[in-house]
Amino acid sequence: MRTNNKINTAKLRMTSARNMGEKMAYLGLLAPFMVFFIIFTIVPVLSSVVLSLFNYDMVSTPVWAGLSNYLRMFTGDKVFPIVLKNTLIMAIITGPVGFILSFVLAWCISEFNAYLRTFLAFLFYAPALIGNAFYVWQIAFSGDGNGYANSLLMNLGLINDPIVWFKDANYNMTIILIVQLWLSMGVAFLANVAGIQNVSPDLYEAGSIDGIRNRWQELWYITLPSMKSILLFGAVMQIQASFSIGSVVTALAGYPTVNHSVDTIVTYLTDVGTLRYEFGYAAAISVLLFAMMAFFRVVIGNLLNLFGK
Amino acid sequence: MKEPKMKKQHLKVSKTAQYKRYTRSKAGNFFFFLFLTLMGLFSVLPLIYCIMTSFKPLEELLIYPPKFFVQRPTILNYTALPSLLASLRVPLSRYVFNSVFVAFAGTILHIFAASAAAFVFSKSTLKFKNLMFAIVQLALLYNAYTLAIPQYLIFSKTNIIDTYWVYILPAIPSAMGCFLMKQYVDSSVPDAFLEAARIDGAGVFRIFFQIVMPLVKPAWLTLFLFSFRDMWSIIPGGTIFSEELKTLPQVMSSLTAGGIVRSGSAMAATVIMMIPPILVFWFTQSNVMETMSSSGIKE
Repeated sequence: MRTNNKINTAKLRMTSARNMGEKMAYLGLLAPFMVFFIIFTIVPVLSSVVLSLFNYDMVSTPVWAGLSNYLRMFTGDKVFPIVLKNTLIMAIITGPVGFILSFVLAWCISEFNAYLRTFLAFLFYAPALIGNAFYVWQIAFSGDGNGYANSLLMNLGLINDPIVWFKDANYNMTIILIVQLWLSMGVAFLANVAGIQNVSPDLYEAGSIDGIRNRWQELWYITLPSMKSILLFGAVMQIQASFSIGSVVTALAGYPTVNHSVDTIVTYLTDVGTLRYEFGYAAAISVLLFAMMAFFRVVIGNLLNLFGK
Repeated sequence: MKEPKMKKQHLKVSKTAQYKRYTRSKAGNFFFFLFLTLMGLFSVLPLIYCIMTSFKPLEELLIYPPKFFVQRPTILNYTALPSLLASLRVPLSRYVFNSVFVAFAGTILHIFAASAAAFVFSKSTLKFKNLMFAIVQLALLYNAYTLAIPQYLIFSKTNIIDTYWVYILPAIPSAMGCFLMKQYVDSSVPDAFLEAARIDGAGVFRIFFQIVMPLVKPAWLTLFLFSFRDMWSIIPGGTIFSEELKTLPQVMSSLTAGGIVRSGSAMAATVIMMIPPILVFWFTQSNVMETMSSSGIKE
């Protein structure tokens, strides 16, 4: 009896020592990611909230500003409402259109055999895959008669003089939207291609026995509901991409653009922060941006629950 | 320890093609075909135009009206690149080295950090792991562009502006990589398997490196693709000033600013830049597809 007890306590001590060791090992494995995640994601988001309540230029000590930075966006800054409007136009068009296209294209190519499907997936994914290929649009929409778009329109007799596409406030938004859509078949598209393949064939079989008559019914009652979680992932990726449009704009149209016609929150942030050193104000704008993205994330999460109802 | 071959359920892809569902209309097929063709052209024509332009001699670049196809192809645009892209102090090879170094260093560190964390999120007994993973999942919304300003402050407070670190360090904790890896570990590494190894006396590190990592190869190849793609085209905003530290995409923009005369070379540089990501994609694509099928966000 006594020896038994001794063995048990020894065992217990051993397992608890082993558990401790395992805990430390797990923490060790977690640390490299979490340390940098905290430094480069959590701290930036939280510090933005704090910093937005101060005026800070990186040299002098921060001065309490209350909510004045937030008020300034809408009352004391003529540019901000314009860049906010531009950002929302771009997000509300390229977000949903890109999201729907990335599903519809994936759905269309799912009909083909594996080789053709892989090839087509590559074709649609190629613009997003090849990071900086969007420069080709600068040549196609070049402002002189040598630009492909200009010469085409002039040959057709639609215009007499070349249009300086990226410097013309009537056209540059449209072109940026086109380029952004061209780039938008990214991670979400690949997830959709994979996700559609993964819907169980049994479901389709059961569906056709249950009286599904055409592909639209099949899409609505079987494919979409079984892909809800992948669609949510795609939606999150699409929100991320469509609210952070900026580098493409700067590369193609420059900064600032004519009358700020295609400046976005992201390009404006670079101006306010890293050029004018108004970090309190930049932080307030960032917080608004984070909040808008989180808001759309919640809305879409709820919308996706409507499928198959 | 022997690793049993695992049959994963989602490997049995699409038997749908094998049985007829009797739900296809002719009109629908026609619409599908038309739509795919139009979208395919929209996707590919700019890239073909890019390749065409890269082979055009100067007189064809300046010709009016411009032609889509190249008439007399030349490789002059390519051979002119080294002298066009080099600055006074920095030869082209330095930019190439920077791009390759940054892309590989950032990607490999990201893969290790994200896989280790994903393994812990998926299989450990740690408290708070679900809370932490929920935060990582929330962070999928935000990327380097939206976080640029507060990250800039951190770069400057830690004195790493104008060093390689501003490229590499922020790439390590990419939420998407960790998320994809965690979902894949969940779906393809059975608990019983790890428990058996644990009973045999394998420690956590050994389980991670010798059992989990080989099993999740498709997922880390996927992380490789996405991270490499991002790092290869990275253009840091206002954090790199030294010519010696700039990467290829940054010097390429000087070509595209050179107008129509330089457009041939600009496109030649673009064509060369597209080759590595395309190669990576073709080598990894079947693994990527397998990984992405478990990428859903469950709520």
